[in-house]
Order: sequence, then structure tokens, then C-alpha cells
Amino acid sequence: MDAGIVSYGAYVPRYRITPTEIGRVWGTDGESMGQGLNVHRKSVPAPDEDTITISTEALRVALVRGAIDPQQIGAVYVGSESHPYAVKPTATVVAQAVGATPNLTAADFEFACKAGTAAIQTCLGLVGAHMVRYGVAIGTDTSQGAPGDALEYSASAGGAAFVIGREHVIANVERTVSYTTDTPDFWRREGQRYPSHSGRFTGEPAYFRHETECAHRLMEASGTTPKDYRHVVFHQPNGKFPQRVGKQLGFNEVQMRYGLVTPYIGNTYSAAALLGLANVLDHAGPGERILMVGYGSGAGSDAFDLTTTDEIATYDRSFGRSVQSYLDSGVELSYGVYAKYRGKIHMGGS
Amino acid sequence: MSIARFWRETPRRYNLGGSKCTMCGTAYFPPRAVCPTCAHHRESIEKMVPFQLSGDGEVFSYTVVHEAAEGFEMQVPYALALVRTVEGPVLTGQIVDVIPEEVRIGLKVRATFRKLREEGKAGVIHYGYKFAPAEELPTPPHGGASAAARSSATKESDRASA
Repeated sequence: MDAGIVSYGAYVPRYRITPTEIGRVWGTDGESMGQGLNVHRKSVPAPDEDTITISTEALRVALVRGAIDPQQIGAVYVGSESHPYAVKPTATVVAQAVGATPNLTAADFEFACKAGTAAIQTCLGLVGAHMVRYGVAIGTDTSQGAPGDALEYSASAGGAAFVIGREHVIANVERTVSYTTDTPDFWRREGQRYPSHSGRFTGEPAYFRHETECAHRLMEASGTTPKDYRHVVFHQPNGKFPQRVGKQLGFNEVQMRYGLVTPYIGNTYSAAALLGLANVLDHAGPGERILMVGYGSGAGSDAFDLTTTDEIATYDRSFGRSVQSYLDSGVELSYGVYAKYRGKIHMGGS
Repeated sequence: MSIARFWRETPRRYNLGGSKCTMCGTAYFPPRAVCPTCAHHRESIEKMVPFQLSGDGEVFSYTVVHEAAEGFEMQVPYALALVRTVEGPVLTGQIVDVIPEEVRIGLKVRATFRKLREEGKAGVIHYGYKFAPAEELPTPPHGGASAAARSSATKESDRASA
């Protein structure tokens, strides 16, 4: 494929809360819940952060690292299920805030947790067809679980931005394959504040089926097997599912090491697989093959076969923070402050 | 603030768009049409060019706000600072991602993009610059692997700050 990743940036808000603290409020064994999900902490956005601010921060890092002139960006797509506006694009604010306007196309994507990978595929098409010089694909969410719901133990916030282009590519996209069906495992109706899900149905017929089928189809098309990949990244709604799907497909823990970030920051939804990929790229040298398989409820998977190039050896990551630094840091909140920050407290009025 | 007025100020609020005098090199934020530094400042008319600040600077002075401005109720107490940018102009901005006790004169900061206020639940959302620390703080309540050991202390400090 005549396109790949030219630069990338990640952003995770500063605050964290533990499953133990959440369980303390709802009278459940939060510690066991956290262990069962393999989620030790989840990130929480500050009251003045949302999908627009997180996307902007991630993209600004990517543009500085890649020394990219924002006026050369021909497309900005932001994938999220927590766009601040129902009508008015996230992408226009982000594009304006990085100085990319006005000569570009922009749109918001929504496909549960895989809107960011769908945005990457769209950019690959535009860049590969020479319609734009750079395309920007961002996956960001500030997800919410209903108070006391199982989702509340994992739903978190973060974002990752990828600049797709043809010049100075640090990771070539060799191939991308998708697998899509109508599967009602998780949804949020218009006007509803919190999402609904179908419990255990979110597992086998939804996440596991789409992840494994998509990975198999990609490896079949590429003529590869799991041992051909140095790194693998799966969508990670919790820390347990990606480990299990990796094992089912024949990957080992060393291959999954950098791609798994959810145990430390929670499920960042549209950013989950992309933050895993950003962490892999933070650690990768030239010539390392990477398999990434995103997943979005509703349902579909996008798989990517990537190989890092010699350019990554001289790629300057010094601006902005590494994904690892976000995994290692954070300020823990009490449930009360978390509830205030997330707007879960009824303040009266309309 | 009206939508139109805020929209007109988007370049400066989003991107720290100021101006620079091509005669003496002085940078201004917000942008000026005339350079007051030049001795014959009428000569600077039409010689001012758009100039974008980098967003890097340090705290020149600050105060801690306990009685929140409208829309900032969720964030008290918070630090409001005069930030001297590396290019020269001094900007007023909130310092985020710190507890107020961590702010000091000389603290290195970098502009960050945040929500400034919302026009109610149904109205437009205004975005713009705030500042966050650009240096390691001496008493960071950071967690990581040892988070559990320190969590009780950090929770206390967060309660105080939030």
C-alpha cells in the first residue's frame, strides 16, 4: 500500500480512579471486579476536558514530532462515541485549533470503539489515491458507564492521533481488512446519557468472533502466521479479553506486551487499540511487523498489517509524553470528586 | 459573551495568534495594529504581521481563586496566573493539572487546549488556551506502581483541590 503512518501523538487525562474505590460506593467487591477485568485504574478527564480537547492535544504532539505543516493536511477525521455535540463536528474545532483550516475536508466518525481505525482506513484511501498529502485520523473518547453498572469500572478517557501520508513514513500499512456484521451487543440510543449492553452477549458472538475472524482474514490475505509479528494490538474493552483473544489466535505474552494498555488507564473506547499501537511505536525500531485489530460494537473489526521503516530510527519522539508515562502516572480521585468531574451529581435546575 | 464575539477571537484563543512589529521585532498578544514601542509608532502602521506564540512560558505571578467565576464552579480552588511567554507577551490564564499549592512564580508552563465555558447545557461550548506545568513538580502526587501506597494522601489533596 502506498501510504502509512508519518507521525502520531497520544494524550491521556491526568486523573485516575480505582475499581476498589468505585466498589466501595456501590457496596460491591471492586477489587475483585478489577482483578476479573484486569483493570487496576482508569483515567478520568478533568471538568474542562472532552473529546475535542483530548483530540487536539494528541494531534498537536503528532504535528510537532513529524514537523508537519498543518496547512498540508487535507483531511481530519475524528472517531468517537462521545463527541461533545450531537450536531456540530468535533473535527472542525480540532482542525482550527491546530491551524489546518480552511483548505481541507473534515468529519466525525462514529462506530462504537472502532471509529478511529475506520478513520485510518479512510485516510489511507485518500492518501493512497493522491487526493490529499496528509490525512489525520484520531480516536478519542471520554466514555461513561451508568453509575453502578459494570461498565463504570472500566470506561475511561484518552486519545491518539495518527498522521497518514506517503513521505517519511515510520510504519508502512501493508494491508487492512475489515469484518462487519449487525450484532446488537452494545448501543446508546439518541438522547440517552449512558450506553446499554447485552451482558455476556458482548463476548463470544461480538468481540471474540469479530476479532478472530478479522485477524484470520488478514493473515490469510498476507500469507502470515502469528509468529511473523513482533507486536500485536487488540481492541481492549478490559485487560482480560485481549489476552484471551491473543491466546486463541496463537500469540504469546511477549508479542502482546506493549499493545496492552487498558489495565493501567481503563477502556478508552475509540482510543483503546490506537493507544496500544502508539505504545508499540514508542518502543519499536526499524523492520518490526505489527498486527492491530480494532473492534467496535454493533459490530465490526478493522485489522492492520504494519511494518516499521528505517525512518522510525530517526523519528523524534521528544515532544509530548510517551504512552508509558501516562500508564505510570496519574492522580487518584475519590468517588465523590470523580462523580463531580463526570457530571454524575444532580445540581438542580433543568 | 456573544457567539460572534467569541468566534472572532478564535485565532487568538485557539492558536495564540498575536502580532509582531517588523520594525523593532516586539511581539504582542492580543494582536495590535500599531507598535507602541517604536518611537514613531505611526510608522509601524501596516508593518505589523501576524505572529503565533509558541505557548511556552513561565508563571510571572498568580493568585488562587476560591470564589469561582461562572462556569468554573467545578474547579475551585484553582490557580489563575500571569504567564510571561518566551516571546515576551504576558497572558492571563488558568493553570490546570496542578493543585494550587504546586504553583509558584517561575514555574515553567506550556499552553494546553481546554474547554473555557459552556453556554448552558444546550448552548455552544467555548474552547481556548489554559496552561499546564511543563516541568516535573517537586511534590507530584503521581501514582504509578506505588500509587496504592500514596493513594490515601493524594485523595486528601484532591479533596482539598476539588
